[in-house]
Amino acid sequence: MPRTSHWLLRGLRHVDGILLTLALLVLGISLAVVTSASGQSPVRISGHLVNIGLALAVMVLMANVPPHLLSKVGPPLYAAGVVLLVGVALFGEIRNGARRWLDLGFIAFQPSELLKLALPLMLAWYFQRNEAVLRAKHFMVGGILLLVPFLLILRQPDLGTALMLGASGFYLLFFAGLPWKVILGGATLGAASLPVVWGLMHDYQQRRVLMLLDPASDPLGAGYHIIQSTIAIGSGGLFGKGWMQGTQNQLDFIPERTTDFIYAVFGEEFGYAGAILLVGLYLAIVARGLVIAARAPTLFGRLMAATLSLNLFTYVFVNMGMVSGILPVVGVPLPLMSYGGTALVTLLLGMGILMSVATHRQLNKS
Amino acid sequence: MPLATPLKNLDRELARFHGRLKAGGIFVVLLAAALLGRAFYLQITQHDYYIQRAENNRISLVPVAPNRGLILDRKGRILAENYSAYTLELARAQPHDLEATLTEVAKLIEITPGELRRFRRLLAESHEFETVPLKSKLTDEEVAILAANRYRLPGAEVKARLFRNYQAGPGMAHVVGFIGRINDRDLKSLRESGREQNYRGTVHIGKTGLEQSYETLLHGRTGFDQMETDASGRAVRALSRIPPVPGKDLRLYLDEGLQAVAEHAFGDYMGGLVALDPNTGGVLALVSKPGFDPNLFIDGIDPETWKTLNESPERPMVNRVLRGIYPPGSTIKPFMGLAGLELGVRKPEDTIVDPGYFSLPNSSHQYRDWKRGGHGIVDLRRAIAQSCDTYFYKLAVDMGIDRMHDYLQKFSFGEKTGIDLEGESAGLLPSREWKQRRWKKVWYPGETVIAGIGQGYHLTTPLQLATATAMIANGGKRIEPRLVQAVRDPFTHVWQAQPVVVHEQLSIKPEDLAVIRQGMMDAMRPGGTAAAAAAGAPYTIAGKTGTAQVVGIKQGARYDAGSLSRKNRDHALFIAYAPAENPTIVVAVMVENGGHGGSTAAPIARAVFDYYLTGKRPGNMKLEGGSDASD
Repeated sequence: MPRTSHWLLRGLRHVDGILLTLALLVLGISLAVVTSASGQSPVRISGHLVNIGLALAVMVLMANVPPHLLSKVGPPLYAAGVVLLVGVALFGEIRNGARRWLDLGFIAFQPSELLKLALPLMLAWYFQRNEAVLRAKHFMVGGILLLVPFLLILRQPDLGTALMLGASGFYLLFFAGLPWKVILGGATLGAASLPVVWGLMHDYQQRRVLMLLDPASDPLGAGYHIIQSTIAIGSGGLFGKGWMQGTQNQLDFIPERTTDFIYAVFGEEFGYAGAILLVGLYLAIVARGLVIAARAPTLFGRLMAATLSLNLFTYVFVNMGMVSGILPVVGVPLPLMSYGGTALVTLLLGMGILMSVATHRQLNKS
Repeated sequence: MPLATPLKNLDRELARFHGRLKAGGIFVVLLAAALLGRAFYLQITQHDYYIQRAENNRISLVPVAPNRGLILDRKGRILAENYSAYTLELARAQPHDLEATLTEVAKLIEITPGELRRFRRLLAESHEFETVPLKSKLTDEEVAILAANRYRLPGAEVKARLFRNYQAGPGMAHVVGFIGRINDRDLKSLRESGREQNYRGTVHIGKTGLEQSYETLLHGRTGFDQMETDASGRAVRALSRIPPVPGKDLRLYLDEGLQAVAEHAFGDYMGGLVALDPNTGGVLALVSKPGFDPNLFIDGIDPETWKTLNESPERPMVNRVLRGIYPPGSTIKPFMGLAGLELGVRKPEDTIVDPGYFSLPNSSHQYRDWKRGGHGIVDLRRAIAQSCDTYFYKLAVDMGIDRMHDYLQKFSFGEKTGIDLEGESAGLLPSREWKQRRWKKVWYPGETVIAGIGQGYHLTTPLQLATATAMIANGGKRIEPRLVQAVRDPFTHVWQAQPVVVHEQLSIKPEDLAVIRQGMMDAMRPGGTAAAAAAGAPYTIAGKTGTAQVVGIKQGARYDAGSLSRKNRDHALFIAYAPAENPTIVVAVMVENGGHGGSTAAPIARAVFDYYLTGKRPGNMKLEGGSDASD
């Protein structure tokens, strides 16, 4: 027994106290909001608790994997992901008009989820390997490594996931030192090609964008979600209607309110003050991540920590922007808030990597 | 140099990375500012707007239909009342098989073919989101059976609905009328009059009779329950209630007992009778025989029954008192006589010698008196008492059609009386100008002759006759007939009397009026045309008989009632008031195919007078429960 506890305590040494505290605060808020949004459903609450426990365990586990080991996982994971994406393109199962799922007989999953972690790992590994001789050609290779899965996912079609993946790949290239000239040039080119992209977009994608510009044009159809969530948030006011007092929430007006639209429930019941607190907590998590990145001893650690931090906030922005009606509706959960095991585990796994980078400094230096 | 470069590069790379971190941090802060800016806009700037939207989402108004006002007779006996009953209704806007549900229902409770036919008709008329009643007045047992089998009956629901009961039966149908389900036409008129909102939650509306003409008072004001509802529209809890204002109760002048006596007095005959209070215009009785059962119409009548009622040759749906138009015949004579005196065409003492016919100057055509050989020497009083045709032929010619028209019009002939029921006919009072306009033909002198005894174009309703007779009884006051005497406020329970509407006060010389009254009294005395009907009455009656021709009688032929089939026999008319010295009741009777007024119509009026003035019922009349308790 003493040996076991010693082993466990050693494992906990790699946990970053600040990150853990911040994550637990957001998870605490999440538990309260899920309780309210689910109508105090015992099934939902206990399910959420199990998910949180599981995800925290995965986080602690990842914190104990040294970065140099983790970096070695990058290439095979990336290769496997790309192969599976090709597999999806060839044999994938069509659900809701998109070829996203791969049925492996015992489990059906979306390989695009795998790439969300594999791509940054792959790129970070690649730049770390060529750290000493970094030149333009390496950025071109990095760009290709990014574009292959990006285009495969875009073809499925899954614009939302492709963009999120593209963002994380872009962050990594950015932190690796992608020249500003290229970034600005690319941005200009991108803006110029918007009409072309619009033409290539599918009907439902165009509709989502149009609906965002004028949700009232389809109040009972697709616009209903955005209208009801903005009503919920707006009616919350400065301090909100109080926990479990939100009428939009309690009377079923908010769709998907424990998952993607949980921010609407939170905004209604806790108001603008709550929104400031929540965004503040996310900013603190990002700040801690950037500090870890700044202090990281290796390029791999720096790139991973910085990318994961920005990535987290990108999810926050896309979700909250969607729910409050400034971005189109894309199925992106709110980090640490939305109910749902997969997203929570993936997220805390990323935080585990951050903690690993933070706590393996000396070890790596030695 | 080659050795130093990588190291120097590493430092530079690290510095650049820190720069990139700052840029990334700024980027994140900008995104956060955008989110909080949007939140500020929604939650602070636009808060009032969104809180209103949320309240609108949350709160819905559920209409609460008011109780309909009662209709009572003058003694407070209930003619129309409410009761609530369970109704099985089927929703048509359900994604289910209606026929399958119908089959299932029929397995559980009895659905008669009539109910099914009615349901199909209502279904065809209904709107998409309405529920259509299949069977009303469910028994407790049926409600229990349906409740237990709800899962088998998608789209079927048992609802508590307010209904109307007309316990007075067919005799009162033409007075009280009936309510029926609101149809497209009703809805349109409600919309046009801006009353649509007040009928949210109301299923029925007055269709005929008082139910129709007093709809606004009877209906009341719809209340609203403020309900908190969820996104699917299900009510979660009640927040507040604006209570409905019940409709006002109506108390009539009409006496249910008198009505029953009058109806009974008709025996097998069809026809119409109206009794008025000459001082108020109050309708004491209004009978149109045959009647019908108004209860059939409340929840939609089945098509077969409707066809039977509507196509019956007896035309039970037609209110003969208001809409039946007949030539007034000899009942016009008192008014003609008054016109002669008032216009200075005749003096009371002027006499004629009646040879039994009248001829126009330079014409051989004989306008015959009903009495072969004539009445001898007659003055006006005697001419009325004996209904001498020749006297009035001559009077009409001396007066001329234009003066006749103008004077008779003052007695409501050719005009609506203004009774508080809808659908009244104005009848027809002919004039030279009318004929020119209507037929583009000149007026012939012969038409004036027969107009003098109420034949020809002149058509009148029994109600017009009663209104005119009331003017003789009350000294020239043309009062609008009224059924409703008072209206009761649902909160204070105070009866508020309805005003007596005097349409016009005609100035008649008392001595002229006295002659006419004397003539009408003489008609009820031995030697008069209706003497038999007045025999033994402990009060004095003033009256006048008349007959309205159904088939024309050829020149030279004689009318022989015995040789004509009953449906071709003349309609019998009678107008009267009593007590003659101080009249309190006026009656106008029309008996279809009753032959002579004195023999069939006058006895009916007598029965009405007897009951009203002495409380005596016809000897052979069965005493019906309810009518007697308070008599």
